[in-house]
Amino acid sequence: MANLRIEQLNKRYGATTVLNDVNLSIEDGEFVVLVGPSGCGKSTLLRMIAGLDGASGGDIHIAGKLVNTLAPAERGIAMVFQSYALYPHMNVRKNMTFGLKFTGVPPTERERRVAEAARMLRLEELLERYPRDLSGGQRQRVAIGRAIVREPEVFLFDEPLSNLDAALRVSTRVEIANLHRLLKSTIVYVTHDQVEAMTLADRIVVMNKGRIEQVGKPLDLYYEPANLFVAGFIGSPAMNFFEAKVESIEGGRARVTGAAFRGLDVAAASLSVGDTLTVGVRPEHLVRGEAGAFAAEGIVELVERLGEASFAYLRRVDGRMFVAEVRGRQTPAPGETVTLVAASPDVHIFDASGLRVATGTR
Amino acid sequence: MTTEQRARSISVHLVLIAYSLLAVGPILLVVMNSFKVRSAIFGSPLAPPDTSTFSLIGYEKVFRSSHILLYYSNSLIVTLVSMALVLLFGAMAAWALTEYRFRGSTVLALFLSIGIMVPIRLGSVAILNMMRSAGLNDTLTALVLVYVAQGLPMSIFILSEFIQQIPKDLRDAARCDGVPEIRIFFEVVAPLLRPAIATVAVFTIVPIWNDLWFPLILTSSDSTHTVTLGVQQFLGQYITDWNSVLAALSMAILPVVVIYVILSRQLIAGLTSGAVK
Ligand SMILES: Nc1ncnc2c1ncn2[C@@H]1O[C@H](COP(=O)(O)OP(=O)(O)O)[C@@H](O)[C@H]1O
Ligand SMILES: [Mg+2]
Repeated sequence: MANLRIEQLNKRYGATTVLNDVNLSIEDGEFVVLVGPSGCGKSTLLRMIAGLDGASGGDIHIAGKLVNTLAPAERGIAMVFQSYALYPHMNVRKNMTFGLKFTGVPPTERERRVAEAARMLRLEELLERYPRDLSGGQRQRVAIGRAIVREPEVFLFDEPLSNLDAALRVSTRVEIANLHRLLKSTIVYVTHDQVEAMTLADRIVVMNKGRIEQVGKPLDLYYEPANLFVAGFIGSPAMNFFEAKVESIEGGRARVTGAAFRGLDVAAASLSVGDTLTVGVRPEHLVRGEAGAFAAEGIVELVERLGEASFAYLRRVDGRMFVAEVRGRQTPAPGETVTLVAASPDVHIFDASGLRVATGTR
Repeated sequence: MTTEQRARSISVHLVLIAYSLLAVGPILLVVMNSFKVRSAIFGSPLAPPDTSTFSLIGYEKVFRSSHILLYYSNSLIVTLVSMALVLLFGAMAAWALTEYRFRGSTVLALFLSIGIMVPIRLGSVAILNMMRSAGLNDTLTALVLVYVAQGLPMSIFILSEFIQQIPKDLRDAARCDGVPEIRIFFEVVAPLLRPAIATVAVFTIVPIWNDLWFPLILTSSDSTHTVTLGVQQFLGQYITDWNSVLAALSMAILPVVVIYVILSRQLIAGLTSGAVK
């Protein structure tokens, strides 16, 4: 088990920059999830930690040791691939022991580790089977087993659940969480699915276009997104954004107005008159009512009923859409004009460059 | 099946049957006539042997008057050794050229693809001189060397295509597992290349086994003759011993057919694997 430190990591393919000055520090035993839209460089970062891709610049330390020039096998990592990458011509047992032959693990020890991993992952019955005779979930567990028997310092997962169906994804997610509790090892886990990220992570790293946008605990990212990108990425349906301006500042309070919502008072903090802002409110924080720090009006166009909650899609006065969560049995009818309000702690303010403005509401 | 589909299916089959007859006909003719007396070969060449025309005289003569078994073993040695080397070096080169970027790799790939386009026979004179000065004239080694050179470019080309289809994650997984590169090649990549290797094996073996040109110019003594060259001694300028020629040819065909039958399932898998994912 080990900590992991990444400093000023860069990756370029010709003229395109895939990773841009990535700095990240991961504690021993921490479960860190890299999340971000497809193509933002998550896999690239993971492969560079593994040593499968070289860096264009920067350092990677594992367990305090600089590993830039070490081969993957010498870094104390084990990787689980999205495609599982099981050796098709070897049975499950052989898949797990194959790598151990080359790292000097004696045969009895190999057997012990396979037996233990098989018990942990419920693979005992499958040890003599070939990958082609396994279901997707079983293959996934074999791939994890192959990583476990290496007893690595750091586990690297690249979208391990994306090839599973929805039900299996949920149960495997729970298994991975259990495994982390059991092994207490450092895990770096890549996904583009924010639910996976929120449920599994000790800390989430949100990436976008080769940069780290924010690092934080799941709920910190949810309640205090550092910028517009994180605000829009974490949470489903995504946060609603409203253009706004600082109209006046008086007695430490700023009056924020916009075309699509009623005026709003926030702590002035660093704001000055005339600033262009973006006001963000999550659908689940909007309720029907008249009184609230934030209030917006809209005409209901569509209602999606999910059961416990429904999502109402409303057209704002400026013509754009926003979404509100409606709880319970009474849902608004299409065509109805509704006023939705939110309490001031649930209102996020971002400045013109997209950064969060601390307005002292939370 | 609608009538239109049926008509299509019948016409497709007619074409395939016609093609098969065209391809198999001469071989069948050779084998059939090798079991007949001389007069029947010319009297009714298309008739199968019957009790009055059946004869093993051709085979008897071949075994009695020539070292057919020696020619046979020469052919086998040359073909199998060449095939083994072509497959081994071809697969290794294909792996290196697709997997590693190194200085000159593009130039090397280009150089090898020229070998596909330029027939090796154009270099016959130079090859003969080279073999002479290397002291390899009239040896089976000379033939093996030439055939390896002849077979490599195409086998590298075909195997590269197949290697590219092996998921990259597999090699990466093996690297994370600490498997040395050479073992990744032999224990992860090579087993997955089996259909491709069977395909390349057939494409390599047939022209080598059938080749007359290089045995003719590179070997001179009876002890280094191959089957195709050995058959020539029955073809005279004035008289041709057709019984012996046909018998020797029939025997020459046999190994190729056997190898094809052994490899055919893998071969078909290899030929179609690119088409159906
Ligand atoms: N070998 C390569 N050559 C050029 N560009 C690459 C290469 N590998 C990845 N990229 C680019 O790097 C970016 C990040 O890729 P990746 O790390 O796979 O994204 P993610 O895993 O977040 O979806 C993509 O835009 C991709 O096109
Ligand atoms: Mg990826």
